[in-house]
Amino acid sequence: MSDGRDEPLLSVSSITKRFGELTANDDIHFEIDRGEIHALLGENGAGKSTLVKILYGALQPDSGQIRWQGRPVSVSNPAIARRLGIGMVFQHFSLFDALTITENIALALPKRPRLQVLARDIARVSEEYGLPLNPMAQIHDLSVGQRQRVEIVRCLLQDPHLIIMDEPTSVLTPQEADDLFVTLRRLSAEGRSILYISHRLREVKELCSHVTILRHGKLISTCDPQKETSESLARLMVGSEIRDVRTSAATIAEKRVLLSVRGLSLSAGDQFDVTLRDISFDVCAGEVCAIAGIAGNGQSELFDALSGERTVENNRIYIDGNDAGAKGINERRKIGAAFVAEERLGHGTAPQETLSLNVLLTQARMNGNGIRGPFIDYGEAVEAKDRICTSFDVRKSSADPRAYELSGGNLQKFVVGREFNRAPKLLIVNQPTWGVDAGASAHIRQSLIDLARSGAAVVVISQDLDEIFEIADRVAVLSRGKLTPFTSSRETSRETLGLLLGGAREGEAASAA
Amino acid sequence: MELFEAFVLTVITAATPLLLAATGELVTERAGVLNLGVEGMMLVGAVSAFAVAVTTGSPILGILAAMVAGVSMAAIFAFFALFLVTNQVATGLALTLFGLGVSGMLGASFVGEPGVKLAAIHLPGLSELPLVGRILFGQDPLVYGSLIILLGVSFLLKRSHVGLVVRAVGDNHHSAHALGYNVLMIRVAAVLFGGLCAGLGGAYLSLVYTPQWTEGMTAGRGWIAVALVVFSSWIPGRLLIGAYLFGAVTLLQFHLQAVGVPVPSQFLSALPYAATVIVLVVISRNRRLLRTHTPAMLGSTFVPDK
Repeated sequence: MSDGRDEPLLSVSSITKRFGELTANDDIHFEIDRGEIHALLGENGAGKSTLVKILYGALQPDSGQIRWQGRPVSVSNPAIARRLGIGMVFQHFSLFDALTITENIALALPKRPRLQVLARDIARVSEEYGLPLNPMAQIHDLSVGQRQRVEIVRCLLQDPHLIIMDEPTSVLTPQEADDLFVTLRRLSAEGRSILYISHRLREVKELCSHVTILRHGKLISTCDPQKETSESLARLMVGSEIRDVRTSAATIAEKRVLLSVRGLSLSAGDQFDVTLRDISFDVCAGEVCAIAGIAGNGQSELFDALSGERTVENNRIYIDGNDAGAKGINERRKIGAAFVAEERLGHGTAPQETLSLNVLLTQARMNGNGIRGPFIDYGEAVEAKDRICTSFDVRKSSADPRAYELSGGNLQKFVVGREFNRAPKLLIVNQPTWGVDAGASAHIRQSLIDLARSGAAVVVISQDLDEIFEIADRVAVLSRGKLTPFTSSRETSRETLGLLLGGAREGEAASAA
Repeated sequence: MELFEAFVLTVITAATPLLLAATGELVTERAGVLNLGVEGMMLVGAVSAFAVAVTTGSPILGILAAMVAGVSMAAIFAFFALFLVTNQVATGLALTLFGLGVSGMLGASFVGEPGVKLAAIHLPGLSELPLVGRILFGQDPLVYGSLIILLGVSFLLKRSHVGLVVRAVGDNHHSAHALGYNVLMIRVAAVLFGGLCAGLGGAYLSLVYTPQWTEGMTAGRGWIAVALVVFSSWIPGRLLIGAYLFGAVTLLQFHLQAVGVPVPSQFLSALPYAATVIVLVVISRNRRLLRTHTPAMLGSTFVPDK
């Protein structure tokens, strides 16, 4: 076989893709060798996803060439990519919730297998690679980690030469991520290549032999991550130094409890909800408390209960000494609390409305910031919007754009800034930097710390351990609706937290099987 | 016993048009498309069947005409709602209004004309069996057709690759697209199948139920069919039960009036609609049931990335 054994498995040259004004990929070229784990590194919006979609045939490039085993190919749709031997594990899973694992996988295979035969194959492959799965389980009963296993098994059943993995660890506990790395190294040892997309430097250094770095759609460099430091990689990725978040130990002089939760339980509204069980904790003025947990362990239910989107009985939640359990969200705002929901577009803001009108949404019908009794004061609303945008460095295309026009990071800065504008005593934030680029994340995290040090209490619900260690004074883990006691984040290791996060997963896995 | 036979026979007659139209709508909705134009498609099917059957004297040609008419109506819906990405609810309502108008216009010259009735199939011997003979073996082709279509749909949705693809598209069109399935064409096919079945349902009304044409003769059956799909929670087996249950409720009014139950006839005529409302309320209270079976993409539009 002379057909390209010496050639790289995949070589990409001069790929360019434009969406209107925006050049998502500008003259990109790189190569992947057989058996190599190659990293694609870049911030959100750097063009990684676009490039990967082009390789997988889900998007067509405006110009450029893809060579597969030395031969030029045109990957005009994902079916062709799969036939070539390119498999993909998506970041936002491309699974069908209402179907079983077997049915999901059958949909991705080129031949139409008999489902019973396929179920046996799934069981065998998942066993072989240490990714246990029950082929008859329905997707919506699975945890995020299990869903990822389904994606990987689906990919492996097609015997791919190249596996593209889009941010695979963003949803995993540290232990799960370690297991995944074992599987990936094994695949690489079998001669399969892996294109590993990430913005986590530690993983790239640990796992990959080459790294291609993108920034604003341009190729910055292809290098060996082992020869670089984390700092130099970060500089290449971001284009400037990332400001470190400055922290100082919380100094709680008077120990004024601003949020007190006592025996909070919440039954599941329907099968997709998680039951909260007997949650109690206090948060004092001056400190940042983090509640860690993998998505789907009761975070959204806890946030809803704390914010008053779902009210509970009396004597469960006290905000600055007021019994707030039965109070709605606006009444809780009136006693000094502020809330930032996880979903910034649609939940946190009205997408089709301007920023100045979006300011009004959380003002709790109190005069000021654009509210005058039952009326809107547009002048004041615009002023408040300008104040927020200046202090939080919200970059926007026009003076008063509609919410959906902002990028994720800028909109998140706006949503957080809007609550700061009310100078809250208590701020509760769910996933403050989810899907936000490094620069904006650093800004938001610094603001949270500064707010706490100025005398407010801050509760951060997050699944990002780096974030938690960066900003939190105390941390507890929410898993399967139960909250562990808070411990000082200085005296807790990543590993301990990881085990607590993951401990629940095993139980969940058992109940799903 | 004769009363029983008569009752069952009329229940079948009342249920068949509902079952046909609802089976089509079920497939459409399983693919993630909400077509509220069933009433309009049935009406155009009914008038086409009647016109062709009367003109040619052949009810079979009438049935074929109804199928073509139903598919054409569905194609209009598919063009707007799928290719031009218009709002599906608004487009469906418009289709119903359009069907009402078009059928009235096409049928104007046929009002009052005597129709051609689709003959029942008679199997010598079997059809004369006591009690069950006429019920099981003396029906017309459309009754058997409705059951065969339902069984076929049930089997294909659950067991075949085609059915799996249809369910997948209705559950998550982004994923289906990412896997390389042509979401639009699958949905077009499902919508056209819905139109075909609605056309057949209409044909049954104007060729069997009352072999004549009157304007608006579907009298809301298209809407009941849409409601039945929700009632069945998108499961073909339950659709069968639902259609026959509603057929029976529809007939109850006639029988109760005949027996002389002292209830205003207006109230009895409203019974099927009241039953529809009650069933929908009861079902939608059970969020768990709804969320498990509702096609997640129902009514949402899809534009593939370029």
